[in-house]
Amino acid sequence: MGSLNIENVKKAFGPVEVLKGINLEVNDGEFVVFVGPSGCGKSTLLRVIAGLEDSTSGRVVIDGEDVSATPPAKRGIAMVFQTYALYPHLTVKNNMGLGLKQAGTPAAEIERRIGIASSMLSLEPYLERRPAELSGGQRQRVAIGRAVVREPKLFLFDEPLSNLDAALRVNTRLEIAQLHRRLKATMIYVTHDQVEAMTLADKIVVLNAGRIEQIGGPMELYNSPANEFVAGFIGSPKMNFVDGARLGETAKTIGVRPEHLTVDPTSGAWKGTVVHAEHLGADTNLYLDCEKAGLITVRIFGVYDAEPGATLYATPDPAKTYRFGADGKVLK
Amino acid sequence: MSTATRSLPRTIGAHAILLTYTVIALFPVILVIMNSFKSRAGIFGAPLTPPTPKTFDLIGYTTVIGQGDFIHYFQNSLVVTVASLFFVLLFGAMAAFALSEYRFRGNSLMGLYLALGIMIPIRLGTVAILQLMVASGLVNTLTALILVYTAQGLPLAVFILSEFMKQVSDDLKNAGRIDGLSEYTIFFRLVLPLVRPSMATVAVFTMIPIWNDLWFPLILAPSEETKTVTLGAQLFLGQFVTNWNAILAALSLAIMPVLILYVIFSRQLIRGITSGAVK
Repeated sequence: MGSLNIENVKKAFGPVEVLKGINLEVNDGEFVVFVGPSGCGKSTLLRVIAGLEDSTSGRVVIDGEDVSATPPAKRGIAMVFQTYALYPHLTVKNNMGLGLKQAGTPAAEIERRIGIASSMLSLEPYLERRPAELSGGQRQRVAIGRAVVREPKLFLFDEPLSNLDAALRVNTRLEIAQLHRRLKATMIYVTHDQVEAMTLADKIVVLNAGRIEQIGGPMELYNSPANEFVAGFIGSPKMNFVDGARLGETAKTIGVRPEHLTVDPTSGAWKGTVVHAEHLGADTNLYLDCEKAGLITVRIFGVYDAEPGATLYATPDPAKTYRFGADGKVLK
Repeated sequence: MSTATRSLPRTIGAHAILLTYTVIALFPVILVIMNSFKSRAGIFGAPLTPPTPKTFDLIGYTTVIGQGDFIHYFQNSLVVTVASLFFVLLFGAMAAFALSEYRFRGNSLMGLYLALGIMIPIRLGTVAILQLMVASGLVNTLTALILVYTAQGLPLAVFILSEFMKQVSDDLKNAGRIDGLSEYTIFFRLVLPLVRPSMATVAVFTMIPIWNDLWFPLILAPSEETKTVTLGAQLFLGQFVTNWNAILAALSLAIMPVLILYVIFSRQLIRGITSGAVK
């Protein structure tokens, strides 16, 4: 009931090409996350899907129907914005009901749907309030509720958690995940935060400079990134990249994730000095300046005492070392 | 009391400057109002003293009210000002919305063209305007004045409002589009309430020159039927004899409506001027 096909969509603002030919297939009920650095075109792509921007060329197909020339309200979509975008002059209830009222839905049906959505998001006590009287988290829940009542084929989320503080972000993330499980609706979610992408997605689309770098499940992207960009973008702290020539390798670049390095005070592959240590309790991040590999990050699970200036040897796990060619692609 | 942010000499200094300015600014207004309540001898004998029981006289006001059609002049002024204000705000806001919201070829050129009027005084075109009004048979109608004042007020309105409209969140407008609101509903229901403070700013800047204008009423609508207050007050200004009592009374009365409109807009006005300065 909510599939989406994007066929060779291009978008240019004057001479600037923001989307350079995007092809994507989203199945019914999937949770797809667009992730990428700022300026990669992920928000523009979402706007093209929503119909808020016209694509320069290409087709957007929702549920087998070409909607490239359909106005946003008729596409069967609902969108949640980063800045909530609630109507300041309407109460929570009317905010949620406005779209349905515009579409000519009978009042009793609107009432019923608002009832379901507000109990789902525990918004019942606030129905008569205006947005100005709500906290940030509540406002975002109202914005989500406004999307839910429309019973859309497609939910679109445009960085919905970016304006919330850290604690609220985790809670709301959980709520969105539960919402997806309960509604079994197709959802498309844009974020620049790879933690949100990893925790929410069935399928992640990594975008960079207007192109799709890789599409895959969270673990697929983590375990077998297609290229250097995806390898560096997914995972935190970032993957270490070492010049292949310095290690006497044929590959242009060697990549090792910080968690796939082990340290030893006496022997190992790369000798280095501790530059800085971050103690997070559950794990420890060490920054080592290695003779061979340059500045690298090592993530050790649990507590590890290391003073800046101490000498340590780091050894990469050979099974989890990635080799990239001159074009950035993974060498098999 | 001296705290980290306030010292007594500095507070006194600041207030002294502000008070001096207030006195200078209010002096002519007070002088006009004061003397309007005095007899002719009182005005000339001691122009700077407030009315005493001896010099107190309402002759100015009775003359003005007694002239009968003065109420009518007031009506004319009010109709012209309010109607012009309405059209300036409506068309100005609509043009500003189009300029700030839609991408189209020649957008910035169009913005520049619409703002050009700020730099070119409309009075330069008086002769052409008069010919136009004669040709279209609008001389001696309030419509002529409303049209001219709308044209006069639009450039500044478009310029100021388009800057403010750019600040209205895109997400909000897009949310409206997804909910199926028409562009007109988005403009009137979502955008206009959010730029209300800047609308008030534009309203005040537009209103005062229109109310005070003598030039265009004199040229385009000098008939008895269409006289405005400023033109009506000239009635008492003779070549040889000037009825000061009546002029001062007429001016005092003419201040009132502007003052009332200003008070209505002023709370919004301050927000309009300062918004964007903080945060």
